[in-house]
Amino acid sequence: MTNNYLRILTIVGLTLLGIWGVKKIIFPTHAIDFNSDIRPILNQHCLRCHGGVKASGGLSFLFEEEAFQAAESGKLAIVRGKAGKSELIRRIKHSDPELRMPLDADPMSPKEIQLLTDWINQGAPWAKHWAYIPPVKPAIADPSTASVFPLQNEIDHYILDRLQQEDIPPSPRADKTTLIRRITLDLTGLPPTDAEVAAFLADESDTALDKVIDRLLGSPHFGERWAAMWMDLARYGDSQGYQKDPYRSIWRYRDWLIDAFNEDLPFDKFTIQQLAGDLLPEPSEKELLATAFHRNTMTNDEGGTDDEEFRVAAVIDRINTTWEVWQGTTMSCVQCHSHPYDPFVHEDFYTSMAFFNNTEDADTRNDAPNLMSFSKTDKEKLKRWTNSLSPTPIAENINDSKDLNRYRRMVLFPNWKPGFSDSWDKLFIDDKNRARSIAQGGWLLFKDVDMAALNAITLSHNKTKEAIKVSVFAGALDGTLLGESILSRGENSQIKLTSVEKAKQDLYIQFQSDTKIPRGFRVEELSFGTTDLAKTEIADSLAELAQIPTPIMKDLSGKASRTTHVFERGNWLVHGAVVEADVPESLSPLAKDEQVDRLDLAEWLVHRDNPLTARVIVNRFWAEMMGRGIVETIEDFGSQGTPPTHPELLDWLAIEFQEDMQWSVKKLLKFIASSSAYQQSSVTSAIALEKDPNNQWWSRAYRKRLTAEQVRDQALAVSGLLSTKMYGPSVMPPQPDGVWQVIRNVMRWRESQGEDRYRRALYTFWRKSSPYPSFLTFDSPSREICVSRRIQTNTPLQALTTMNDTVYVEAARALAKIAMNKAEQKEDTALAIVYERALLKTPSAETLNLLQQHFEENLDYYQDNPEEAKKIAQSEENNHTQLAALTVVSNVILNLDEFVVRE
Amino acid sequence: MKLINELIQEYEKELTRRSFLQVGGLSLGAMALSFLSSCDRPAGIGSSHDSPLIDLANPLRPRDSHFAPKAKRVIFLHMAGAPSQLELFEYKPALHKLDGLDCPPSLLEGKRFAFITGVPKMLGPQFEFGKFGETQSYVSDRLPHFKEVVDEVTFLRAMHTDEFNHAPAQLFMHTGHARLGRPSMGSWVTYGLGSENQDLPGFVVLVSGQSAPSAGKSVWGSGFLPTVFQGVQCRSKGEPVLYVNNPDGMPRNIRKGTIEAINELNRRRYEEVQDPEIVTRIAQYEMAFKMQMTVPEVMDINDEPDYIHEMYGTTPGQASFANNCLLARRLAEKDVRFIQLFHRGWDSHGSNQFEALDIGFVKRCQEIDKPMSALLKDLEQRGLLEETLVVWGGEFGRTPMMENRGGISNPFAGRDHHKEAFTMWMAGGGVKKGFSFGETDEIGYYGTQDRVHTHDLQATILHLMGINHEQLTYHFQGRDFRLTDVHGHVVKDIMV
Repeated sequence: MTNNYLRILTIVGLTLLGIWGVKKIIFPTHAIDFNSDIRPILNQHCLRCHGGVKASGGLSFLFEEEAFQAAESGKLAIVRGKAGKSELIRRIKHSDPELRMPLDADPMSPKEIQLLTDWINQGAPWAKHWAYIPPVKPAIADPSTASVFPLQNEIDHYILDRLQQEDIPPSPRADKTTLIRRITLDLTGLPPTDAEVAAFLADESDTALDKVIDRLLGSPHFGERWAAMWMDLARYGDSQGYQKDPYRSIWRYRDWLIDAFNEDLPFDKFTIQQLAGDLLPEPSEKELLATAFHRNTMTNDEGGTDDEEFRVAAVIDRINTTWEVWQGTTMSCVQCHSHPYDPFVHEDFYTSMAFFNNTEDADTRNDAPNLMSFSKTDKEKLKRWTNSLSPTPIAENINDSKDLNRYRRMVLFPNWKPGFSDSWDKLFIDDKNRARSIAQGGWLLFKDVDMAALNAITLSHNKTKEAIKVSVFAGALDGTLLGESILSRGENSQIKLTSVEKAKQDLYIQFQSDTKIPRGFRVEELSFGTTDLAKTEIADSLAELAQIPTPIMKDLSGKASRTTHVFERGNWLVHGAVVEADVPESLSPLAKDEQVDRLDLAEWLVHRDNPLTARVIVNRFWAEMMGRGIVETIEDFGSQGTPPTHPELLDWLAIEFQEDMQWSVKKLLKFIASSSAYQQSSVTSAIALEKDPNNQWWSRAYRKRLTAEQVRDQALAVSGLLSTKMYGPSVMPPQPDGVWQVIRNVMRWRESQGEDRYRRALYTFWRKSSPYPSFLTFDSPSREICVSRRIQTNTPLQALTTMNDTVYVEAARALAKIAMNKAEQKEDTALAIVYERALLKTPSAETLNLLQQHFEENLDYYQDNPEEAKKIAQSEENNHTQLAALTVVSNVILNLDEFVVRE
Repeated sequence: MKLINELIQEYEKELTRRSFLQVGGLSLGAMALSFLSSCDRPAGIGSSHDSPLIDLANPLRPRDSHFAPKAKRVIFLHMAGAPSQLELFEYKPALHKLDGLDCPPSLLEGKRFAFITGVPKMLGPQFEFGKFGETQSYVSDRLPHFKEVVDEVTFLRAMHTDEFNHAPAQLFMHTGHARLGRPSMGSWVTYGLGSENQDLPGFVVLVSGQSAPSAGKSVWGSGFLPTVFQGVQCRSKGEPVLYVNNPDGMPRNIRKGTIEAINELNRRRYEEVQDPEIVTRIAQYEMAFKMQMTVPEVMDINDEPDYIHEMYGTTPGQASFANNCLLARRLAEKDVRFIQLFHRGWDSHGSNQFEALDIGFVKRCQEIDKPMSALLKDLEQRGLLEETLVVWGGEFGRTPMMENRGGISNPFAGRDHHKEAFTMWMAGGGVKKGFSFGETDEIGYYGTQDRVHTHDLQATILHLMGINHEQLTYHFQGRDFRLTDVHGHVVKDIMV
């Protein structure tokens, strides 16, 4: 404000001086700031023609060196210190519209011209766009104290300081009930329970809120809430995307996310594992699962499509997503030409591409390469079993499914599946771990088999007419032959083994035939021992366990590696120069080792010198908690994005996040939640509405409509229906008939039964071509591509959903039942209970009165129409008319603004 | 301040118009305030290098077009699977002579097809053609009704596209881009112009035939635009719009009571917290209540007189193309902005009966001929045709060669996908009557004159709606995106 006044005064002053004909007076104009004063003018008026897309007349204002070199005309657009000699000033003031810039547009305003002139006269200091300058920890703001707004941490210093500059009073702390609901919804995506509210209200200690925050950060629901947020960025879906949009098994990545947030995996590691977990030394199963982040790209299986075209499309999506998620940078522009506004040249897209262009995946139906592994629950089962049977505790020695498999085979179970072997070749292992499509000489390798009591191997297989020879070799395929057998025509064959001296031995089992091995032949199980397939309870249960495929990243090596070319004008068929993996020159340099790969990129992203990552990430979490980012365009930190409202706060948090917090998301969220800024009331005062109508200075808390996921989860939670079961394959809660029929019929919506109907929203099956309809209605993206920011709309279709969708009707009914039971037939008590469970507070007398009236109207109707009552109450009991009337009131409560909003 | 006053007045008008349930004691002044603070920019069409101007309080509020529109709405009849132009409108006698001969190598060099490999045989026209109307346009004998309305339409005979597989080509046709993630044409139009009707969705989709188009719901998705602009599928079976029906045991009067209670409690909350979004929510619940009546009403064709059913060939309760054509007219009457029909089953490769030109294709013709002709006549007789743009066509065309999948002739007569030449037609809304634009070579393989690219078609449709396709943009991932990407020329020759 003050600055603007000064500027106007300066301009007025200069103009007056001009009129008076006073010359050569050195007038102290204020120092022009390139980023806030000049760049917006260049972006708005100049860069369309003199930028990254085209540099008309050989002039571009995108990079400093380009702006100061002579144009094709030989003239200098900008002569430092000399506006009078600068072609730029001559042309923007030109009287001939044919020559005046910007061409074919209105002339620049006198103010803009003056700013440019002053800037050049001041020596035309150029500056990088703020976001590309590494943050430096700023001084803590020092506002005067305000009684309603205690300075609880540094956030409050900056926020209050800014409010005082704008002369807007902060809002007082929200009441305790609002606060615990807000904080519980924000941190876990669920409302607090009655008991949690009561405990908080009763706790009058100074640390009451602190305790609540710590409890919530430790809740398993914490990970679920933040995984749901990250799933939009990961464009997570349970299907492949195109055409038939068939199933993709990738839910273990979702579970990985939940765990990563719950375990507070530091964000730098979180980044490295998702982008390059496969390139870490001896990656663990978890590190491999993390890389499924970039396997959520879409696969096109339509007949006649070019796999390479869609492989390239997936790679391009990975580049755009990586740049958007971690750098808030819109790299997609650069695919076809240099960035129109930001300092990225065309080639930068392809040096980025070189990091991602070398993975094995190639738009194939089976999404190869896949990690085969046991699910978390299966793994826990296995551990329980192995522990119960083992003489020594071995659970801690089991790090991944491979260890488990080996253990199970060697110690416990005589029967084994080909898919659990350590290695194989010339055969295919199907999703039931059976060996099929066995070619001549196909083999399985089992390492370190305990030979002590092993005198035979039994194979179970399907019937075959061909004579197939199975040989068992020790140590190597050309090692000692331990036994050999021609498979019988039945379904079991036994191979007797000669004894060997070594206690443990690698066993190769090879298949051969004089003619050919029929395609349909398959080996289902192998028993190590002479007995028939073991029938113990454990063996049976474990035999059912199938490994789950998850698509992961895996780099090609050696000759198979791809070279990356620039695509001329973005066309993948027109190859330009070959490029090497690198990062844009305008950002911090990449630490290069011998082979530059994705791991280098990931480490560069979270390196202390990277100016963007910490800011972008802190801003994402801030926006989730505070309703809007400090940079509102959380997806774009470039010069076309909005500038930060509180740049010092953003930088302070970005540095704190990396240093003191050590990239801990939980610490960051706690820090935000502990501030007075976060804890303010959301009530809009008249003065706030006048001075800060859009709440850009956080003069109050944002009232946020709940997300699509939260709308559902909350209704289930308050009605007692919510299942707290975690993890596992996605579920199919009720969805209107026919929603999927419009897609080619490769999958059916099989409505889940039991508690799976009431799981949290993030477990709902997500088909990219047809996401769960009520989520779309509440503004979730389809997740075909990465979308950083959900826009919050307010539409009649949302009203229809929460009024009529089965899940909300069931919730209303369940809530009514709870209230009826608790209230022991007392109507007003029942009404109050419904209200209290949903809104966590006692209804006022007027509200209760209105609800009572509404209830009685409903009751009149249902007493006259008992058949209707049975339908809505789904009950035949005596009190079903009351239940019907109360269900309708519940339906009202679950549709209140206050309920679908987090205040 | 003048602008602010105007906005307040505009909003008050809006509220009075749509407020049918009593909104208690909430003063209009308070609501006007809400509008101002929830939307800090005036309504208007998005312009280049500017953020989208979406009024979140009422995203479908009608907005002015860039210039006077010729068409108020669009009915787009998409024949998913791509019907053969050579069996419908594009008569090529030369193909008779070539029938059964090897395709000359010149047609194959450097070409990629979806399924043809090696040297396929040429395939002559499978049906008789006649000349009809004053314009003496060729129409196949498979379309006996359409020949009566042939003077109403403009044929685009040299359409071409970039894609020769269904899903990418359908995406290309409807979103201007062959891959997922872009908004569909109907979304762009409702984003740009809003909806004239506030009781019905602005962009309605009706699906019939084999199943939905191969590209799935993305062809009516909103891509990166807010989902409020996506097409709303109206269905002939089940609920006409998802969740529009009250639960069993809740009649309309009880629902009315609930909405009154919800809105009254929300009004009280508004007085306490002053969040303008609450005022919007009150209005949306009223609108939802109205939709519960208007949607089933408009979707119920039982009240149509017999002669209309006869004309279209409709049977109430079916999910047929005929019913959907009649519904399209009803929706047009209600001022729905963009009405998108899909009828799938045109993929006549000849690999089985369904995909045979002489079997499945003939059935498809029977399914569409009468209703689409009736739709034109019916719109005409109601005076709606001149303000309604009707567009018909597939995502690409078909080859003059018979398909030989894997080098072996298919068991039935069929043609492969072809992106170089196909026929579409348009009628009504600012388009010439009885006009033909574009020509193809003597076997219908290439457009030889006045070719129209898919992006040109999109630019033209937007133009007829009063939209400059280069100015209707949305800023996303750092770019101003538009339906036609960086392409598209308006085909002025076909306009009145």
